[in-house]
Amino acid sequence: MQRLHIDVTLLVLLIALSSMGLFILMSSGQDDVSLLQRQITRLGVAFFAMLLIAQIPPHILKIFTPWLFLAGIVLLLSVLFVGDIGKGAQRWLDLGVFRFQPSELLKLATPMMIAWYIAERRLPPKLKHIVLATIFIVIPTALIAKQPDLGTAILIASSGLAVLFLAGISWRLILGVAASIGALAPVLWNYMKDYQQQRVLTFLNPEDDPLGAGYHIIQSKIAIGSGGINGKGWMNGSQARLEFLPESSTDFIFAVFSEEFGLIGCIGLLSIYLFIFIRSIYIATQAQDTFSRLLAGSLAFTFFIYLFVNVGMVTGILPVVGVPLPLVSYGGTSMVTILLGFGILMSIHTHRKLLST
Amino acid sequence: MKTSFDLKNTHQENRLFFGRCFALIIFVLVLFFFLIARLAYLQIETHEKYADLAQNNRVKLSVINPVRGLIFDTHGQVLAENYPSFSLELIPEQIEDLDKTIQQLRAILPVSDDEIQVFHKRRRLQKRFSSTPLRNRLNETEVAIFSAKRHLFAGVDIQARPLRRYTFPELTSHVVGYVGAINQKELKIIDPVNYRGTRHIGKTGIERSYEQQLHGNVGYQQTENTSHGRTVNVISYAPPISGSNLTLNIDINLQRVAYDALGAYTGAIAAIDTKTGAVRALISKPGFNSNLFARGINQTSYDALRKSPKRPLFNRFLRGQYPPGSTLKPFLGLAGLEKTVISPHQQTFCPGYYQLPKQEHKYRDWKKGGHGSTTLHKAIVQSCDVYFYTLAHELKIDRMHQFLNLFGFGQKTGVDLLGERSGLLPSREWKKRSRNTAWYPGETLIAGIGQGFNLTTPLQLAQATAVLANKGTAYTPSLVAKINSVLVNPKQNTPVSLNTEKNWDIIIDAMYDVVNSPRGTARKISEDAAFKMAGKTGTAQVFSIKQDEKYDENTVVEHLKDHALFIAFAPVDKPQLAIAVIVENGGHGGSVAAPIARAMFDQYIK
Repeated sequence: MQRLHIDVTLLVLLIALSSMGLFILMSSGQDDVSLLQRQITRLGVAFFAMLLIAQIPPHILKIFTPWLFLAGIVLLLSVLFVGDIGKGAQRWLDLGVFRFQPSELLKLATPMMIAWYIAERRLPPKLKHIVLATIFIVIPTALIAKQPDLGTAILIASSGLAVLFLAGISWRLILGVAASIGALAPVLWNYMKDYQQQRVLTFLNPEDDPLGAGYHIIQSKIAIGSGGINGKGWMNGSQARLEFLPESSTDFIFAVFSEEFGLIGCIGLLSIYLFIFIRSIYIATQAQDTFSRLLAGSLAFTFFIYLFVNVGMVTGILPVVGVPLPLVSYGGTSMVTILLGFGILMSIHTHRKLLST
Repeated sequence: MKTSFDLKNTHQENRLFFGRCFALIIFVLVLFFFLIARLAYLQIETHEKYADLAQNNRVKLSVINPVRGLIFDTHGQVLAENYPSFSLELIPEQIEDLDKTIQQLRAILPVSDDEIQVFHKRRRLQKRFSSTPLRNRLNETEVAIFSAKRHLFAGVDIQARPLRRYTFPELTSHVVGYVGAINQKELKIIDPVNYRGTRHIGKTGIERSYEQQLHGNVGYQQTENTSHGRTVNVISYAPPISGSNLTLNIDINLQRVAYDALGAYTGAIAAIDTKTGAVRALISKPGFNSNLFARGINQTSYDALRKSPKRPLFNRFLRGQYPPGSTLKPFLGLAGLEKTVISPHQQTFCPGYYQLPKQEHKYRDWKKGGHGSTTLHKAIVQSCDVYFYTLAHELKIDRMHQFLNLFGFGQKTGVDLLGERSGLLPSREWKKRSRNTAWYPGETLIAGIGQGFNLTTPLQLAQATAVLANKGTAYTPSLVAKINSVLVNPKQNTPVSLNTEKNWDIIIDAMYDVVNSPRGTARKISEDAAFKMAGKTGTAQVFSIKQDEKYDENTVVEHLKDHALFIAFAPVDKPQLAIAVIVENGGHGGSVAAPIARAMFDQYIK
């Protein structure tokens, strides 16, 4: 396996997770066979891409990093001018053959870029390097938030910040920045689009508008709450099957799972995510160069943040920002990006030089 | 040196990195348990609340209305039935721009301003998401026109709903009554479960009095529906129970004869089967088209009915209270015989007036010259007032009241219709109670000829006549003969028993001569009759004439003319039917009211 550059533990966990995802999709997708087939195809492609990227040694990836990042930024800018508009946001770039979201590329390119930049310097990084790194984070984040895609912007920002955190920026700086962000929140509010503001307001009080903006959250909470400890059983969730739950196959698929498998199922599912995270962090600690370990740690953390934001918004503790449940939600692009990330992790873990022996 | 520095540095970096990884793990674990705690809160702490909400989402309870019972006459002729009517209905909550939609509908179907106004009024009274009719009674062409364009109108649909139709709307407008849309007052008293899908309720007559039986029981269907309202699965089904069909005692043919016989007069008629108390005809004229109410009457038509001087909406046989006039005389004569105040052959001289001892006031007889020597028989046949003044004076008001009470005067008959009036049988106690004044002897005299305070309803008068014809055997008048196929038994009342049984015959004999003797006040109606009738005419004063003033029927305006009354039963030896006829402002009972009774007997007795 080492020679195939596959991390078995990670692979098993990822396959377990995606299989569970398929089972939930069978229920939430109302036995739509073609929906399931498309998802399986995507998973196949994504897993293949993961194994492919695992073959590339980390130092090669490191060489391409700045160019990848630059290409990502250029594509983001072009989306702003020629991109398609879908669901009130400009995210897609039509390349003739397929449509592509440059923001997905940045999900990997941003932490790679920061890791590349920081790894060239001594740790902990100096303030001027931190400032420059922050600019590298802010550029894609701002461009994506402007599309507007708040969910992806949050993920990209946290992946970049995770690198800085792992690189060892001082706690004092972290607390200072956190405090000033708190102070700047009202300014940020003014830059949000109407529908984003509405989402935040709805999140704060969903019952205000039960048939309008609050509908998603209320129906989702009904689905989860009614699942109880043991759940209603697979394929027995009335909320999704009777179409009360919106986006039940995509962003809100966790509500379907909760309704059918209850709290016990939820703890099980979340534990798989936790195990994946822990395995990924372990890989980071075993990595042999700074670039690899920073990147691995960031990918591990971002994966968990993905989960947290999605479950948080479905359970009503975070605003609805449109983040899918990784590897479970129906949809292709984000799945490919996530598995490419794990491909990088596998590459990092399997290309180590055996020093001690 | 450089290498060692680097190595040392790497070591330091490692420590820093491991520390940060550890911090990250702690942070992630905190987030992890935070999510678990949130899920536990939703799925354990508030589970029941959300389970209920999910159930409400899932299961939709829909109502299946029962079919209202039909109403038949005694021969099985349909009097009230249901027919499907197509109405154009809107669910306002499902329509984005209501005014625009209505305008678009008007472009393809005629909708009047009136209908739009009614629609908005109804809409406000209704529950959210319930269907409100905009137009009723669409014809087939209109149904087709809309159906073709239905996809353009979300929230608009055609509903088939049963409407009530009366076969003889004018003839039975008061006895069968009508149904109408449930109003706010009724909404508060009806069973909200059973009437959940019901729009109409009985407003008057049988429709109102037998509402419970006619309505039936609502049915339910629990279905699993999608959020778009598509039914996926039927969970439970409870069929509705149709309302009971009612067979009335009313004979629609007799009803028609009576109604027609009244001609252009207003008035009331009640006819009771003496053997059972079954009510065979009940007329209040003028009637009205009860179908207008069943369909939903518009304001103009309703105002026209309400303001008509002939008061077509007033139920005269049940709620009209008329002085019985001379029709009370047979009962008073019977009272005199029973209380041995008079004897059959005893004579009283009638000079044309009566004076109380030591009083100036002259109580007049209708016949100016008087009747001369008068027996009880003659007094009834010719309706001598002076004889009954004398009788009343000797009988006194207390005994009059006690005896007339036995025949049901001053009391509700207990007929199976709501809203009956009791009439008025005056007494000392009544006057003390209601007017706080003493009873005067003069009032006894006036009561003796059925005037003054005395008031009876036409139904009450027919009932008293039936008891007299039966020689005391009494039944509660009843309209409903059968509920579905279950017979309603006649309800017998305490009979009127006399000390001297022969007294019945004396009175009935006199009533026979009212119709059959050459001097009887209703002698004209005996001509060519295939059976023998007994009766008594009456004339009730609408306005009182002053002392020494002459009532001239030619100069009195129509609505102040006397009411003509007639009570009768036939055949005399084996009575079948007792009738009371009141013709408002008809003048003389003998010439106007009596022929109506004759026509009815001709129809009924075969």
